[in-house]
Parts: sequence; structure tokens; C-alpha cells
Amino acid sequence: MGGSDFLGLFNYWIVIVLMMLGLYTVVSRGNLVKKIIGLNIFQTSVFLLYISMGKVAGGTAPILTGDPKEVYSNPLPHVLILTAIVVGVATTALGLALVVRIKNAYDSIEEDEIQAADDEMEFGVEPAAKDGPP
Amino acid sequence: MTIANFIDMAFLVFLGITAFAILKLRALFAVVMLSSVFSLVSAGLLVHLDAVDVAFTEAAVGAGISTVLMLATLALTARREKAPTRTHAVPLIVVFLTGLALVYGTLDMPRFGDPQAPVHTHVAPKYINDTEKEIGMPNIVTAVLASYRGFDTLGEVTVIFTAGIGVLLLLAASIREPDGLRIQTMDHHLVLRVVTKVLIGPILLFALYVQFHGDYGPGGGFQAGVIFAAAFIIYALVFGLENARAAVPGQAVRVLVACGVLLYGGVGVVSFLFGENYLNYSVLGSTQVSGQHLGIILVEFGVGLTVAAVMVSTFYAFAGQNPPIGDEDW
Repeated sequence: MGGSDFLGLFNYWIVIVLMMLGLYTVVSRGNLVKKIIGLNIFQTSVFLLYISMGKVAGGTAPILTGDPKEVYSNPLPHVLILTAIVVGVATTALGLALVVRIKNAYDSIEEDEIQAADDEMEFGVEPAAKDGPP
Repeated sequence: MTIANFIDMAFLVFLGITAFAILKLRALFAVVMLSSVFSLVSAGLLVHLDAVDVAFTEAAVGAGISTVLMLATLALTARREKAPTRTHAVPLIVVFLTGLALVYGTLDMPRFGDPQAPVHTHVAPKYINDTEKEIGMPNIVTAVLASYRGFDTLGEVTVIFTAGIGVLLLLAASIREPDGLRIQTMDHHLVLRVVTKVLIGPILLFALYVQFHGDYGPGGGFQAGVIFAAAFIIYALVFGLENARAAVPGQAVRVLVACGVLLYGGVGVVSFLFGENYLNYSVLGSTQVSGQHLGIILVEFGVGLTVAAVMVSTFYAFAGQNPPIGDEDW
């Protein structure tokens, strides 16, 4: 693998590293706010993957300059990702609203405490971390 | 290695460090601030990758609105994450193997910046070559967003609408009614008060510029909606939620949420009535280009309306919750 391969794939590799950091945050952390932030990192890295693919070497932003020889980067990934970002914040808000409701119901946003409270409610065993669900 | 490569790499390495710090830190306030930094740095990278419209959106949304919403959530839930109680061997292995598989997949991908990549040879040349003739506006992204792929964008606006309704349904039951007794404001901070007053006007003006200049430069309804909402949110943060609700009632904002989607869908129906396909704006004006201009301005306005209203009402819903911890305990 030569140097041009390294430069040509570097963007994708770092994007994959970011994606995996986000995924690991979602899977391994028990705090629900942290999980949502991990999901956001995952989401942003997908955005970067798309935009990286849309880049044309020597190109410029896809706003017509009037010069017929001008090279433009691909506008299509930009359109897809632009709307995805705003949809992303709307769904993040929905997730955060769920976290607030979970906090009201369980008095905790840690996954294991919520699990323990659920277990106690279902089977009546294993004392919950705090008072349990109201 | 050129300067451009170097800038690209520096941004990506910064992003990696920030993401790692987010994973490691347990103070959630710091984590939220770092996620804001993450968004801002990725916006910088997006500008470098020629995606100016996207960078604009990411800076306004990621570094602005979602940070405010996450801080509001922290105020209602917890400031610290519990120390991890179990080992993470299995997730680590799964994530590592997934990453390895993805890296293996990239080996077949066209190299970064390759103009012959399949993604550049399909519909993109049509958009780039025909926008000037068919739509008559310089910003290709706006032309594709609002006209060529107008159906897509209508779907996205509906998703935002639905998510806004979802937030209101989830949180409406516990929204604190304005009682006039416990107005929490920050307007005793002189600097905050003065700076906010100076800033709100230009922010609103800038939002309008972004909204209506989106055909010619970076911008459009999505970005403008978020910036417009930011002006109201900063007002509510500093002068108190009750004062903000007195200026812009929650009821009115909720009506506007629906109005934006209705305007977008309505433009499509009008082109129906003129005997054309749904969302084909060409029949709205005397010429194709003037019809396209009118249609795009109308649907972008609808997008901006819905986005701004959803953001403001989401903020109202979060900020209107009864905080379990008082201001002094922070």
C-alpha cells in the first residue's frame, strides 16, 4: 500500500474511528445522557463520511461562479446531510425528553439502577438502589 | 502532502481527541461542552470539504441548539455519570471487530477527492449543469434541496414536525404554568443583559438574511429557522421563560409548527391545481425560472417556519419543567 493510498483513505479511517468511539460510548456507558451524546458522535461521523465522498480534488463549494471551467464538489451529499442534521437535532430533543420522563419516573438516569427498579417491581427481589419507582 | 491534506488531518485528529475525551470524562457538564466543541470543529472540517451549507447548519444546530437542550436536560436530571461498575470486554471486542470490517470495506472505495468516483458520475453532473438553465439560481444545494428533491425535503420537514409533537406530548404534562411568583432570570448579570440586548436584533436580522439569500449564497430555511430560534432562546435564558412566553406565547408557536408544513404541502397542491405534478413549481410564474424562484422561496419559508417553531417550543417544553434543584445549588 503506497502513500497515495494512505492519503486517499485517511479520511475514511478516522471517520470509522470516530464512529466506533461513538458506538462504544453508546454500548458501554450506562448514563442515558452520555448514550445520546455517543449517538450524536456516531451520527456526525456518518455525516463526515458522506461529505468526504462528495469532495472533488481541486473543486469548490457548489455555488455557481459563472466561470465555465470551474470544478464543483458534489452537491447531492450536501443536500442529504443538511436535512439529516436538522432531523438529527429534532430526534435528539425527543430522546432527551424521554430521559427527562425516565428521571421523573425512576429518579435515576443510570441504566443499571433503572434495571434494578424494574426487577424489584416485577419480582419483588433485589432491593433497588433508592426508593424504587413511585 | 499538501497544505489542504494537512488541514484536513488536523481537523480529524482534533475530532478524535474530543470524542475520546467525551468517552472518558464523567462530569456531564464538561461532556456536553465538549460535544459542542466537537460540532464546531466538524463544522470547520465541513467548510474545508466544500460543504458550506452543511457546515452552517452543523454550527447552528450542533454547537448551538443541541447544547442548550442538553444543558436543560442536565439541569433536570444529573450532573455526574456514575462510575462504571462492570467491565467492558464484550463491547470493546464487538466495536473493534466492527471497525476492522469497516476499514476492510474502505480498501475498495474510490480514493478521497477522485473526480472519477461513481458518486460524481450519476446525477450530480445533471444538477451542476442544468441548475442555471432550469432553476436560475447560483446555489446548487438550495436548488436540489427545494426543487429537484422537494419531496425528500417535505418528508424531512414532516419528521421534524413529528419529533416536535413528540417532545410536546412527552413533556407537556409536567410543564410549569406561569405563576408569576418564581420567575428565574439572569438579568441581574449586567454584562449578560447588555450583550443580549445588543445581540438579539442582529441575530434576527441575520436569520432573515440567511432565509432569503439562501438562493444565492450558503443558507436556506433549515439554517435560518435554527438561528431565528436561537434569538428567542437567548432572550428566554437571560430574561426568564415567563417574559419570553409573554412576548411569544407557546400557543402561537405551536400553531406556527403546523403552518410551516402546511405552507410547504400547500405549494405542492397549488401546482396540482395548475395541472402539473406535485411540487413542480414551474407553473407558478410566467416563466419556468420565475415559477421556480417563487416556489423555492415559499417552501424554504415553510421549512424555516417549522424549524424555528419546533426549536422554540421544544425549548419552552424543557425550560418549563420544574427544576428539582434550585439555582443556588449549582
